[in-house]
Amino acid sequence: MTALSALMVRDLRLAVRVGGGALIGVLFFLIVVTLIPFAIGPDLNLLARIGPAILWLGALLASLLTLDRLLAADQEDGSLDLLLMGRAPLELAFATKAAAHWLATGLPLVVAAPLLGLLLNLDLPAIGAVMLTLLVGTPALTFIGLIGAALAAALRRGGLLLAVLVLPLTIPVLIFGVASTTAAVMGPVPFGTPFAILCALSLASLVIGPFAAALAIRHGLE
Amino acid sequence: MKLAARDLACRRGGRLVFDRLSFSVARGQGLIVTGRNGAGKSSLLRVVAGLLTPEGGELTVDGGDPELSLGEQCHYIGHQDAQKPSLTVLENLTFWTRFLDGEPNRINDALTATGLEDLAALPAGYLSAGQRRRLSLARLIAIPRPVWLLDEPTTALDVSAQEMLARLMAQHLDGGGLILAAVHGAIGLKHAQELRL
Repeated sequence: MTALSALMVRDLRLAVRVGGGALIGVLFFLIVVTLIPFAIGPDLNLLARIGPAILWLGALLASLLTLDRLLAADQEDGSLDLLLMGRAPLELAFATKAAAHWLATGLPLVVAAPLLGLLLNLDLPAIGAVMLTLLVGTPALTFIGLIGAALAAALRRGGLLLAVLVLPLTIPVLIFGVASTTAAVMGPVPFGTPFAILCALSLASLVIGPFAAALAIRHGLE
Repeated sequence: MKLAARDLACRRGGRLVFDRLSFSVARGQGLIVTGRNGAGKSSLLRVVAGLLTPEGGELTVDGGDPELSLGEQCHYIGHQDAQKPSLTVLENLTFWTRFLDGEPNRINDALTATGLEDLAALPAGYLSAGQRRRLSLARLIAIPRPVWLLDEPTTALDVSAQEMLARLMAQHLDGGGLILAAVHGAIGLKHAQELRL
């Protein structure tokens, strides 16, 4: 446990220090969501109707923006070699890294969502629903992204490859995230149905993500 | 503990870097790996560390901790220093000591031995190349592991640091450790076998 808690503390420290990128994601989220009303115009009913979808898309793109450095930085400076030589299983080390990454970049998106909801004319229940679905759904985005980050690191290609790999895999999360928010605000489906599927997607990615990422890195040892 | 390789082969990017390589290193012994650029010195060390899958042959370990893989008993000091520029010298070393199950009470000794004790609070990004290398070498002291894999360890080190490294290696061998070092010049490792690739 010492090893994993040390890794968690290090990654959180790195995220909040200069150049760490903890704020980049949430600033990008802020900008994307602020731009939408300018593009669409001041139709408040329309904004309220598509608001949850905009917040979800913004959060998806913002979390993608910071995923690039999740493993690539450790690979470039040789830290990944030492992570492989530790006694902690690589799967757990990656799960820890992804958890730290979510705390530093995913959680701020959830916290910022209510403020941005106001900009999009969302009422209180809708804001609550968006927050709850983002809280449950953004870990899935991070842990699915972990697989992409590992593949990109194993192939030594970063950047856009990651976006191309990860975005299609996040479609189910996006669908059920927005669907549960819509269900909470407008119905007719009860909120619980899509929300339960969103929870299931998140839990499954928490398990599959670290294993798939460790498999990709081990396979790339050549 | 004894480390032996039999008919080891390594292929990278389709090119056979070396094959039919055999050697054996016992406790208290060093092995100097020499060869021209691209001969596979670094690849050999990475194979032993478990960071590269060999194309063929086998590596066997007698003794050591049966619960641990070979890589988990090795130190690997490579060309990349595994340090984060925004963390301080102390934070970098403390992290690896805790992650690699080292001994936190030896961190101060390690910084003193490598001459970094006055720089402990400095972000590692401000270190010179030689100081970064010293910080990598500090891991050898703070984290006791029986096998040291050193890839051109004297790069960027000044004379006093090279002497410090030679003393460290001599102590390690006296304590029953193993050292595999890829080098171009002399690094002051006495009684070592040479493996020419």
